[in-house]
Amino acid sequence: MTTVDDTRTGAPGAGGKQEPGDRPEPVEKPAGGAVVRRARATVLTVGLVGALVVCALFAAGVGAYDIPLGDVVGSLMNRLGLGGAPLDRVGESVLWNVRMPRVVLAMLVGASLACAGALMQGVFGNPLAEPGVIGVSAGAAVGAVAAIAFGLNFLGNWTITSLAFVFGLATVLLVYTLSRSGGRTEVVTLILTGIAVNAFGFALVGLFVFFADSAQVTQITFWQLGSLAQATWPKVFAVLPCALLGLLVAPLYARKLDLLALGERPARHLGVPVERMRLVLIVVVALLTAAAVAVAGIITFVGLLVPHLLRMAAGPGHRFLIPGSALGGALVLLVADLAARTLAAPAELPLGVLTALIGSPFFFWLLRRTRRRQGGWA
Amino acid sequence: MTEQQEVTRQLGADEQRDVPERPEPPGLLGRLLARRAPRRVPAPLARGAVAAETRDVAVRLGGRLVLDGVDLAARAGEVLALVGPNGAGKSTLFAALAGDVAVERGGVRVYGRPAERWGAAELALRRAVLPQSSSLAFPFAVAEVVAMGRAPWAGTPAAEEDGRVVAEAMAATEVERFADRPFSALSGGERARVSLARALAQQTGLLLLDEPTAALDLRHQELVLRICRRRAAAGDAVVVVLHDLGLAAAYADRVAVLSGGRLVADGPPASVLRAELLSEVYRQPVEVLPHPHGGAPLVVPVRPAGGTGPRGTEIAVDR
Repeated sequence: MTTVDDTRTGAPGAGGKQEPGDRPEPVEKPAGGAVVRRARATVLTVGLVGALVVCALFAAGVGAYDIPLGDVVGSLMNRLGLGGAPLDRVGESVLWNVRMPRVVLAMLVGASLACAGALMQGVFGNPLAEPGVIGVSAGAAVGAVAAIAFGLNFLGNWTITSLAFVFGLATVLLVYTLSRSGGRTEVVTLILTGIAVNAFGFALVGLFVFFADSAQVTQITFWQLGSLAQATWPKVFAVLPCALLGLLVAPLYARKLDLLALGERPARHLGVPVERMRLVLIVVVALLTAAAVAVAGIITFVGLLVPHLLRMAAGPGHRFLIPGSALGGALVLLVADLAARTLAAPAELPLGVLTALIGSPFFFWLLRRTRRRQGGWA
Repeated sequence: MTEQQEVTRQLGADEQRDVPERPEPPGLLGRLLARRAPRRVPAPLARGAVAAETRDVAVRLGGRLVLDGVDLAARAGEVLALVGPNGAGKSTLFAALAGDVAVERGGVRVYGRPAERWGAAELALRRAVLPQSSSLAFPFAVAEVVAMGRAPWAGTPAAEEDGRVVAEAMAATEVERFADRPFSALSGGERARVSLARALAQQTGLLLLDEPTAALDLRHQELVLRICRRRAAAGDAVVVVLHDLGLAAAYADRVAVLSGGRLVADGPPASVLRAELLSEVYRQPVEVLPHPHGGAPLVVPVRPAGGTGPRGTEIAVDR
């Protein structure tokens, strides 16, 4: 056992004796998996952007009044002053007053929801967190329904959005405080808290509906099912600031969210100001959720489905996951909305019902998988 | 200027002074929102300088005084082993040194400044922590986990070294073989080594390791403590919580013995690891023998006489 004393007194490398555990100068070798993942992230980003553009143009043309893809592009170029040609009066009106706001709104709502989902999963350190599941959407809905039912209008166009934001924020803070213990959020606690918060939120919504008159009830019911049928430019502008602010701030925290996956203390040891980041991100989640809920009602599972699929494809790194989720969410909701208004034409399926039909089985599968990995909920 | 001669590792000689942070290229919004306290890259500590110390520290957890009047200093160029029986307050003292717990009395200083006055980002450039156990919320690959240790240096000139430092840390802890595997698919011992690699990659002058050998086999226990020695030889302060007194005796420059929330001994292994002290602290009779080669103290529990040991006694009871 002379090696012990050698290492105690000898300077590193000066002893001359190579210990079995020591390798000579390690070669700089990038990790294969990480490289593959980065390449996949690049391919996915390009693919998502491409698909989004194509689908948006296509969706703008499809409907009761069909506009060929070429004409959509022509009219768009014309508006941007890049040549092209305007359509006839009806076509131009349908495209720019009906379809375009709807397409833009679908993308905004989808991007907001999926991004909020990705952020929330990162902040809670729990892959099952999602605005709909844990009740943030219901909370925001209480604010929005209150605005509709009581005919509130003190902030003009932005009243519904701001009320949805305030209530949504209060709900995230509540769920966050209730579902954490010892710096961790257990799946069971989170889901159970979500159930309670959802129940309370919907009870309040029900109460407001009870007090509303019949015209408002129709409006609320329609909106409760989740729909983009009433998309207009003013609605787009009512949520644009919220959604845009949230979507721009979120990527700034990508690297810190990666570190948070290690747990709160280790993240702090690596220089993350955990408390401040958590507060900022909770506000961002509330902003994004409120933006989506205020115009589209409650649309569940987009925030769960999209980040999960992207994590499977390109790994859990938030530098791709956050912008990727925004893109993916926009694409998913755009396609879902297109399906909602064309599958049963001339009638229209409620968008929220459609996403829940597809999302719930996925959530179920995810729950089963998480349970299997953890070996039960205990 | 002996200080100048000794600091030749991480940074070149001309970079010892506080290096201004290289400006990141953020967008307008990024600059508005990511308002950061200016970070100063630390100059390496002179050998023997105090990297972290507790002065008369008392900590109360759940109404119980778990630390009471502890004075301890971790010095650059030295491996300090924290030992003691279960519940003696090792982990609390460790957490106090890391700046993780609020003290009821006394103070903790890291790099000469009260721990609570450091921002998280600046502290992360000065001390790295290996927790007792590690978990990960999402399936990051091992190489990505180790690279997380470089996060504090983002935006400083040292960030250019990231690739090399990560590769070296992974080589030193022998985790290169599973660089691409998800962290969650590893065994306990493998996870411990990956987490150690992450802490090493942080390249701080103060390295705090909480039971780094608990989940490891014999070979890797030795490996980890050799790494500690190497870091100390390079001028870092290393604090390591250990249960194995043999490892502490063989590798530590100084051993601090905790018992009932108080420091009962602090000094070189040969003078601290005495049979009567350890027997009393652990409430288990022990013998301390000099190692036949080199004379490092060997700590052995005293077992019933008769040559057969505990198994013999069992048989005797059966009859």
